Amino acid sequence: MPTDVSPSDVVPTDVSPSDVVPTGVVVPRHSRRLRRVGSYLALTIGAVVVLAPIYFTIVNSLLPPSELAHQPPPLFPTNPQWHDYSLAWTSGHLGRYMATSAIMTISIVVAQLVTSVFAAYAFAFLRFPFKRTLFLLCLATLMIPFEVTFITNLDTVSSLGWFNTYEGLAVPFMATGFGIFLLRQAFLQIPKDLQEAARLDGYGHWRFMLRVAVPLARPSLAALGVFSFLAAWNQYLWPLVATGGTSPLDTVQIGLKQLVGTSAQNIPIALAGAVIAFVPLVILLLIFQKQLVRSLTAGAVK
Amino acid sequence: MTVTSLGVQSGAARGRTARRSRLLREAGLAYLLLIPALAAFGAFTFYPFFRNFKLMLYETPPVPGLPAHYVGLHQIVPTLTSTQFTQSLLTTLVFVVLVVPLSLILGLVLAVGAHRKLKGIGVYRMIFSSTVVSSVAVASVVFGTLLNPVVGLLPWLGINPSPPALENSTWALPAVAVITIWQFLGLSFIIMSAGLQSVPDELLEAAQIDGAGAWTRFWRMTVPLLSPTIFFALVVSTIYAFQSFGAVDILIGYQNAANLHANVLIYEIVTTLQMENNPGAAAIMATVLFLITLGLTLLQMRFLERRVHYAN
Repeated sequence: MPTDVSPSDVVPTDVSPSDVVPTGVVVPRHSRRLRRVGSYLALTIGAVVVLAPIYFTIVNSLLPPSELAHQPPPLFPTNPQWHDYSLAWTSGHLGRYMATSAIMTISIVVAQLVTSVFAAYAFAFLRFPFKRTLFLLCLATLMIPFEVTFITNLDTVSSLGWFNTYEGLAVPFMATGFGIFLLRQAFLQIPKDLQEAARLDGYGHWRFMLRVAVPLARPSLAALGVFSFLAAWNQYLWPLVATGGTSPLDTVQIGLKQLVGTSAQNIPIALAGAVIAFVPLVILLLIFQKQLVRSLTAGAVK
Repeated sequence: MTVTSLGVQSGAARGRTARRSRLLREAGLAYLLLIPALAAFGAFTFYPFFRNFKLMLYETPPVPGLPAHYVGLHQIVPTLTSTQFTQSLLTTLVFVVLVVPLSLILGLVLAVGAHRKLKGIGVYRMIFSSTVVSSVAVASVVFGTLLNPVVGLLPWLGINPSPPALENSTWALPAVAVITIWQFLGLSFIIMSAGLQSVPDELLEAAQIDGAGAWTRFWRMTVPLLSPTIFFALVVSTIYAFQSFGAVDILIGYQNAANLHANVLIYEIVTTLQMENNPGAAAIMATVLFLITLGLTLLQMRFLERRVHYAN
């Protein structure tokens, strides 16, 4: 410990008093309030920047065509044109696109939950030969992006007669290494005592899985479900190539591409379409923010 | 311990058979439970992955109708050295460099900003996370309009490149990068926030008491403590950025992508497969993408291992 400390070392001069909160020293109330106002101001600027694109989309989707090119761009639709939404839904086929997306997404989510619960249960509770190898194989799928395998998957789906069908859209995504990993972790948290107790009560594996393991792993199941929903709903490459791009089985994402491609007069309709396609996910985020965060950061924790 | 009585011995033997049959049943159940997942992986992940290596050996002539013929390894070098592919790889690298650092920095800044106890902070966190749920198509429609030369914000701001941003070889790729940064921002914010929550508050408070200013605290404390998180976010968003495709497909399109230097890797693979009908060359490019992903994942795993090592 150096003993000859100059005063300037003890009280750094480049630090403003409001930054320093030494123990026992009371920071003037007004400076604390000032800092809080500053924080809110900075956060609000950030929020405005992040939300501005979405806000302008909503405003523009409600403008009559004559006001679209107005300079400066209107900040508020004084005369909202709701019929762009009904046009997007009907003649823009958004209704049909949404139905296709919903069917595809729900099939994928349900299938992934079931296959992940089954496989994770085997890895967590059962003893069998090649367990480690098979688990590593499941993890290895995480390293092979779908962009690498879609070339052959296109052939496979076509030869099964699934080109441009719901099966073709959903079946390639029935299982997920991420889901197996996540649920295995959750199952391994279940205390050994509980398994013993259930066994003494005469629970077989199926009953233990459905009555004990799955209910206890609910948070992880929810995280996986939300993650799968987001990934499936927002898919782009596969629905594009597996339906040929312009078919009755287009998902919302591909439908938006068709809407963008049409004339400039249809811009409000395309924007209304984007808002409609975005809404289910905003609802998802509002309800399941915690689960979504959990699943997105699952890989970050060791 | 020796077993002498015959009765006990046969009892033990019976116990062994019972145990063996229970193990057998357990293994049977395990395989039954694994079949759905393994069948799906086999058919739609491993089979197509390995078939890429076979496809590479066949070339499809550019003339439609002619069958693919075996060329062995002779297709690999020409494909990898073709200007089309090298340009696409370069485009993708530029794209990754444009997207990843900015989305990480912005995500970190927002995360640090929102990491404080304030009334209503949950609303801000929700807003900052929100772009994570935006699909590439939604983001493309949103920004496609903002970048529109007549309707959008740009003409009002006095930024009016000619030809328009999305038809301009200088601005097309940066425009797509801006869209992607916005889309990645939510994920980056979420990962950084989770990392910040694991940094002990006392540490930062102690630094504050010691007189470290906000700037010093950020660079000397937050960033080093957060380095594993930042590294994770870096790897994840780099992998995602290499897989970007939708915005180019929607906003720039097949005719323009190559001319405007916006033909990212996936776009090149898709056009090679669907427009040029050459699965062999597409498989070679897809394998390059796989190797990039693999390298990044292994890097992340080694980093984690080292960290675990240090922690012990």
